[in-house]
Amino acid sequence: MAEDPSSASGAASSGAALALELRGITKRFGTFTANDAIDLDLREGEVHALLGENGAGKSTLMNVLYGLYKPDEGEIFVRGQRAAITSSADAIHLGIGMVHQHFMLIPVMTVVENIVLGAEPQHLGQLDLDTARERVRELSASYGLAVQPDAVIEEIGVGQQQRVEILKALYRHARILILDEPTAVLTPQEVDELFAVLRTLVAGGTSIILITHKLHEVLDVADRISVLRRGKKVATIDREGASERSLAELMVGREVLLDVARSTAHPGETVLSVQDLWVRDDRGLDAVRGLSMDVRAGEIVGIAGVDGNGQSELIQALAGMRVPHGGHVELNGVDVTRANPRESSDAGVGHIPEDRQRHGLVLDFSIAENTALHDYDRPPMSRVYWLDRDAMVARAADWIQLYDVRGGGPPTPARALSGGNQQKVVLAREIQSNPRLLIAAQPTRGLDVGAIEYVHRRLVEQRDAGCAVLLVSFELDEVMDLADRILVMFGGQIALERASGSTDERELGVAMTGGKVPA
Amino acid sequence: MIRRILRSPSLGEFGLSLLTVFLALIVGGLAMAFTGANPLGVYKDLVVGAGFDWPFHLIPGNPLGVNALLAENNLVATLVLFTPLVLTGFAVAFAFRCGLFNIGGTGQFWVGSVCALVVAQHVGGPGGMVLATIAAGIGGAIWAGIAGGLKAYRGAHEVITTIMLNWIAIYTTQYLFAVAGPLTDNSVGNGVSKNILESAQYPGIWGVVQKIHIGIFLALACAVVYYVILNRTTLGYEVRAVGFNPEAARYGGISVKRSIVAAMAICGAFAGLAGAVQVLGVNYAIPASDVPVIDIGFTGIAVALLGRNTAVGVVLAALLFAALQSGGTQLSGSFNPELASGVSNIIQGTIILLVGGELVVRWLVGRAKHERVVPDVNPNAPPPQLPPQAGATPL
Repeated sequence: MAEDPSSASGAASSGAALALELRGITKRFGTFTANDAIDLDLREGEVHALLGENGAGKSTLMNVLYGLYKPDEGEIFVRGQRAAITSSADAIHLGIGMVHQHFMLIPVMTVVENIVLGAEPQHLGQLDLDTARERVRELSASYGLAVQPDAVIEEIGVGQQQRVEILKALYRHARILILDEPTAVLTPQEVDELFAVLRTLVAGGTSIILITHKLHEVLDVADRISVLRRGKKVATIDREGASERSLAELMVGREVLLDVARSTAHPGETVLSVQDLWVRDDRGLDAVRGLSMDVRAGEIVGIAGVDGNGQSELIQALAGMRVPHGGHVELNGVDVTRANPRESSDAGVGHIPEDRQRHGLVLDFSIAENTALHDYDRPPMSRVYWLDRDAMVARAADWIQLYDVRGGGPPTPARALSGGNQQKVVLAREIQSNPRLLIAAQPTRGLDVGAIEYVHRRLVEQRDAGCAVLLVSFELDEVMDLADRILVMFGGQIALERASGSTDERELGVAMTGGKVPA
Repeated sequence: MIRRILRSPSLGEFGLSLLTVFLALIVGGLAMAFTGANPLGVYKDLVVGAGFDWPFHLIPGNPLGVNALLAENNLVATLVLFTPLVLTGFAVAFAFRCGLFNIGGTGQFWVGSVCALVVAQHVGGPGGMVLATIAAGIGGAIWAGIAGGLKAYRGAHEVITTIMLNWIAIYTTQYLFAVAGPLTDNSVGNGVSKNILESAQYPGIWGVVQKIHIGIFLALACAVVYYVILNRTTLGYEVRAVGFNPEAARYGGISVKRSIVAAMAICGAFAGLAGAVQVLGVNYAIPASDVPVIDIGFTGIAVALLGRNTAVGVVLAALLFAALQSGGTQLSGSFNPELASGVSNIIQGTIILLVGGELVVRWLVGRAKHERVVPDVNPNAPPPQLPPQAGATPL
């Protein structure tokens, strides 16, 4: 161990042994300070959750720790020894492993091949996979990380792929593990399994930093919790005594309503009716396979499911962006099966698209221009072929106020807004057209707590105003909180339908992975 | 107000273009220094050769000793070349705004030239002038519209098709006016068309040896048209939406295919008008030998790139390129005359290289680093002005 005098004081100041200590880390991008003098310590054998809204500086801090960014100020101590981490190779050498949100695996290679990649064991100049396989077996047995060493990555599920990522880090002797939003892609059951693994790892002496924005997970698994807000660390607290409400307030800096206040739904006539719908994906494969459902006025129907079960294709077909090759879609009794996007919005479909930056907004257009995306070519936005820019700007100014869009006025490019404010622009445009059916696809993806609260309130408002709302989300919590009726989509079909309140996470989770649920 | 202008993003773009030109002048200067010439002297000659010293003779007493007649001739030569370059510049710039790369300016230019010529050979007077001009615009628009249609409905990439259409137009025009060609003036015998009717020629407005003609007003009017179409019409809204983000445009209900065809047709109209300007205002006929060597269409690409696809930018960039070409031919004195036009070619080439490799310039001003690390930029957002790949199929 190092005899650096400064490190001794660092270890002495806290009681327990420290796996890692960050002192006064500051990272600036131009005039923007992403991390402002952050102190953080990680004890040996603890799960330390790093909580914060988008843009609070969590990822920046972890990238500094992993050697991807060079901090402007501050020091890092690993196991009491001052460390200069200038590359991820340094980090790995110091026993720091990182599991990214988006897996870095090669789909056509096997589990073992992926694990050893970059640190291949050799025997007489030959790749020695047998030794590697043996070590992978040992690791997976001792930490309960069940994988098939010779399975090909693209043929195993997301949860297993994540285990491979963790094994990759352990194979490189990681003692400190950073997990970036590890539960984003998992079903509830897989989350439970992951947390069991984390507990085993911690019991074996590994220290874990868990980056997340899901409050209940933090309370489930973390020993201590650090909260970042706008680049600063606002608190480090023990799990004991912490609650979802107190954590949310620390994150946002004000009081928040976690539960959407809403009355019981009073569904009216059927607005959307889908019969035996078949839709192909970009590769020409059937993604929606004979799906039938309906949505009535004044109710929120939530579609839960794991990503890639045909949700995107279903929404695109309903919004006119993808032509189905079988079945019928009726809106208020009018056939809109083969409508194009314009016909669909004219028929009364409002659509908050899954990817607001790719579909929902023209980022280089001003806010005003973006608000006119559906009606730029008709009065009052234009006369004959002439745009009425004054009308466009005036309406946008109204909506900016109405929807509390911050960070710019009508001439501000959409690109300059934060994710939450971009989404408010989309919401304004789609809701202000008074749709009969509002499709909200992943409406809160990537948004912070405050913005999520806002979006949810707006959706409930629409429902109460008699709009039929179809909510598609990969966040099971969101569906359970908002929907009056929950549909689980699996393999391009509705696998389960339940009234809200008459089901639980477990039942939905089973259906999401294709398990049989007794009817 | 001044602070607002300074903060506006367009000024940053303008500054980047200025820096590009400045760097190109340094590179050109180094090349001259290598051959033993004094760069500052040559640049002074270049300015004089372009006629930019002409305003100084208006100062009472002419303290700089400007040769007024020579300066006037040089300036007229620059402005005559400036006129079609503005138009071919817009032909490329408008396509860029729709996310398309129109390399077909040359072909559209020649189709427009032939249309203007044929009409003006038969209809004289102001009516003939107007008709011939309109015909050139329509001809160019149809020619470019073919590439637009192939892109929109067959997925054929416009870079390939416009280049192919260039060669079809060039060879056809050469054939038409070659010795014994179908439209050749056979009484002359060296491969040139009949002249247009004298009454259909654009009237000159200034100049002794060569005259600047009313086509310059057409070119400047097109700058206004360009700005108005893009920013004040529903078509411009569609074109820009498609150029920035074709998927969001489609989501919004815009017909991406129709926008592509319309944008290409408007590009072709601009390039066709450049042809009209040359036939009706400068040459009055088309010699077959001119066809392969006139590069007004290609220079339009450089004009659009340097002008950053804005109305004012394209006009200024066209003036610069016209001055470099015209000023280069008038160089004398301090520099070896054989290398005279080479200097302006070096400068032009460097400008194109720097604009193409814009990252280099951004890096030089320290902006690239700053932009790369700004957090929260969606990596999935399409970069602006990249040609859309919608439905691209192999030929």
